[in-house]
Amino acid sequence: MNRLLKNREILLTVIIAVMIAGFSTRAQGFAAPGNLANIFNDTSILIILALGQMTVILTKSIDLSVAANLAFTGMAVAMTNAAYPDLPLALLIVMAIGIGAFLGAINGYLVWALRIPPIVVTLGTLTIYRGMAFVLSGGGWVNAHQMGPTFLNVPRMPVLGLPILSWIAILIVLGAWFVLTRLPFGRAAYASGGNPTAAIYAGIDIGWTKFLAFVVSGALAGLSGYLWVSRYAVAYVDIAAGFELDTVAACVIGGISIAGGIGSVGGAVLGALFLGVIKNALPVIGISPFAQMAISGIVIVLAVVFNARAERKAGRIILRDRGAKEVSA
Amino acid sequence: MSDIASSKRVIPDRLGSKTSRLLASWEVLLFGVAVLIFVFNSFASPYFLNAWNLSDATFNFTEKAMIAFAMALLVIAGEIDLSVAAIIALASTAMGAAAQAGIGTPGLVAIGIGTGLVCGAFNGLLVAGLRLPSIVVTIGTMSLFRGISYIVLGDQAYGKYPASFAYFGQGYVAWVFSFEFALFILLAMVFGILLHATNFGRQVYVIGNNEFAARFSGIPVERVKFILFLLTGVMAGVASVCLTSRLGSTRPSIAQGWELEVVTMVVLGGVSILGGAGTIAGVVIAAFVMGLVTFGLGLLNVPGIVMSIFVGLLLIITIAIPIIARRIKEMS
Repeated sequence: MNRLLKNREILLTVIIAVMIAGFSTRAQGFAAPGNLANIFNDTSILIILALGQMTVILTKSIDLSVAANLAFTGMAVAMTNAAYPDLPLALLIVMAIGIGAFLGAINGYLVWALRIPPIVVTLGTLTIYRGMAFVLSGGGWVNAHQMGPTFLNVPRMPVLGLPILSWIAILIVLGAWFVLTRLPFGRAAYASGGNPTAAIYAGIDIGWTKFLAFVVSGALAGLSGYLWVSRYAVAYVDIAAGFELDTVAACVIGGISIAGGIGSVGGAVLGALFLGVIKNALPVIGISPFAQMAISGIVIVLAVVFNARAERKAGRIILRDRGAKEVSA
Repeated sequence: MSDIASSKRVIPDRLGSKTSRLLASWEVLLFGVAVLIFVFNSFASPYFLNAWNLSDATFNFTEKAMIAFAMALLVIAGEIDLSVAAIIALASTAMGAAAQAGIGTPGLVAIGIGTGLVCGAFNGLLVAGLRLPSIVVTIGTMSLFRGISYIVLGDQAYGKYPASFAYFGQGYVAWVFSFEFALFILLAMVFGILLHATNFGRQVYVIGNNEFAARFSGIPVERVKFILFLLTGVMAGVASVCLTSRLGSTRPSIAQGWELEVVTMVVLGGVSILGGAGTIAGVVIAAFVMGLVTFGLGLLNVPGIVMSIFVGLLLIITIAIPIIARRIKEMS
C-alpha cells in the first residue's frame, strides 16, 4: 500500500510536469522559474486549507465549512484592522487563528459529543458562518485603503526570493508532515479513519481525535482568512465562496481516501498544485475562466474513480459492508 | 455515505413499535411547530393572513420540496445527492438554449426533464455502477454540471421563453392554487405511495438499514440505488422547469445553494441522515415549516443571508434534539 501511495505522488508530479511542459509550448515563459514561483504563491492558500481538510478527511470526516470560516475570520480581522490600525499584526494573526480554531471547535464538538454526521454539521455551519460574516459587516466591504500598510504588505514581502505567503505555506506543509507522521495525534488520525474498531481497541479516543482534526482545520482556515484578505486587499461576505470544494478536490486528487485513513501530506500538496497549475494556465492558453469549474468537476470525478481502483487493489470484501472497510495493510 | 457507519452497529430484531411511535411523534411535533410559526406570523405581520400572500409563500418551498421527496428516498437508502441544484442550473441552461433556437413549450419541458434524467443517470452510474462514495461523486458532478452552465452562459443570461412556458411557474389551477402547488401535492402522494406502499419502498428501507442484509435478501441494491439517482435527477429537472418558468430567465448561478436547503428539508422532516428511517409526510410538513419561516422572516424584512443562518441552525438543532433526547433517556 505504501508503495502504491508513493506511485501516486510520483504519478502526480509527472502529470504536473507534463502539464507545465505542454502549457509552455502554447505560452512562452510558462515554465520559467519566476512564473512557477508565482503559481506556487497563488496556490499557497489552497495548500494550507487542503492540509486542514486532509487532517479531517483522514479521520473519516469532512469539513465543508472551511471557506465560510475563512470568510468570517477574514472579515473580522479586516474590520478590526480598519477600526484599530495601531494593533500589531502578530496580534491580528493570533486572533485569526483563534477565531478559526474556535469555529472549527464548534464543528468538532458537534461531531464528537453529539455524533452528528460531519457532512450535516459542516453544511449547517457553512451557511451559519457565512451568514455571521454578513451580520458582522452588515453586507459592507472593507477595502484596501481602510487596511493598514503592514496588514497588506507582510505576506507579499520577498524573503530569499519568495514572498512570505509562500514561506508560510512551506512551513505549514512541513508542520503538517511532522504532526501527521511523527506525533501521536497523526497516528491517531490515521487509525481512527482507517479502522475505527481497531483504533478503539488500541485505546485511541476517536471522538477526541476528530475534534482535534476539526480544530486544526479551523485554525488553518482562520489563518487563511487573514492571508486571503491581505492578498486580495478586500474583504466582503462572499470571499472564497465555494472554495471548500476546491480543498476537497485537492485532497481527492492527491489520493486521500474519502473513507478515511489513507493519504499523505505530499499528495494533498500535489493535488492543490495540480488545481493551481490548471487555474493559472487557463487564461494563458486562452480558455475561458468560466471553464474552470467544469474542469475541476471532471478532475474530482476522475480522481474518485482512480482512488477507488487503487484502494480496491488492497483487497476488498466482495459483499460490501458499510461498517467493515478493508484494513489497509 | 460510508463514512457515517460507526464501529458500533445496532440491528433491531424487528422494526418495533417504538421506532414508529418515535417517528409519529416527530411528525406531530413538527406539525405543532408549523402551527406555532403560522400563528406567530399572523400576529407579527398584518399581511400574513391573506390568501394570495399565502399562495405566494408556497413558491418558497414547492420547487425545493419536489426534489426533497426524491432526496428523502435517496437518504433513506443511505446515499446523498449534492448535485441537485447544479442539475437545475444545467437543465435550465439546456431549456434556455433550446428556447433561443425556437423550440416550443412541450419540447422545452422534455429537454428540461431529459437533462435531469441524464444527470441522474450519470450520478447513478458512478455511485451504483462503480460503487463510489456518493458524497464526493456528487460534489464533483455538482461542480461539473454547473460548470457546463458557466461554459455555455458565462456572464450572460437566457431570457426569451415562449409565453405558454410561463404557465408552469406562474399559472393557477383554481383560485389561489398555483400549478406548482398542485404538482407539489400530486408528487407528495406519488412518492408517499412509492415509499410506503410498494415493494420498491420496502427495499429502500432495507438497504438503508442494513445494506449487507439487503444483499443477502436478494435485493438488487445497485439497481435500486441507480433508480433513486435517476428519480432525483428527474425531479431536479421538473423543479428546473418550474423555477425557470417562474423566473422567466436562466443564469448559471440559478438555484445556487439549494442542495443545502433540500437536504435540510429532508432531515428536518425526520429522515435519518444515517439512512433507514423517515416518511414522506414528515418531508411535506418540513417543507411547510421552512416555507413559513422564510416567508415570515421575509415579511419582517430579514435579509436572505440572515435567513440562511436560521436554516443552518434549524438543520443542526433538529438533528441534535433527538440525539440529546436519546442520550438523556439512556442515562435515566
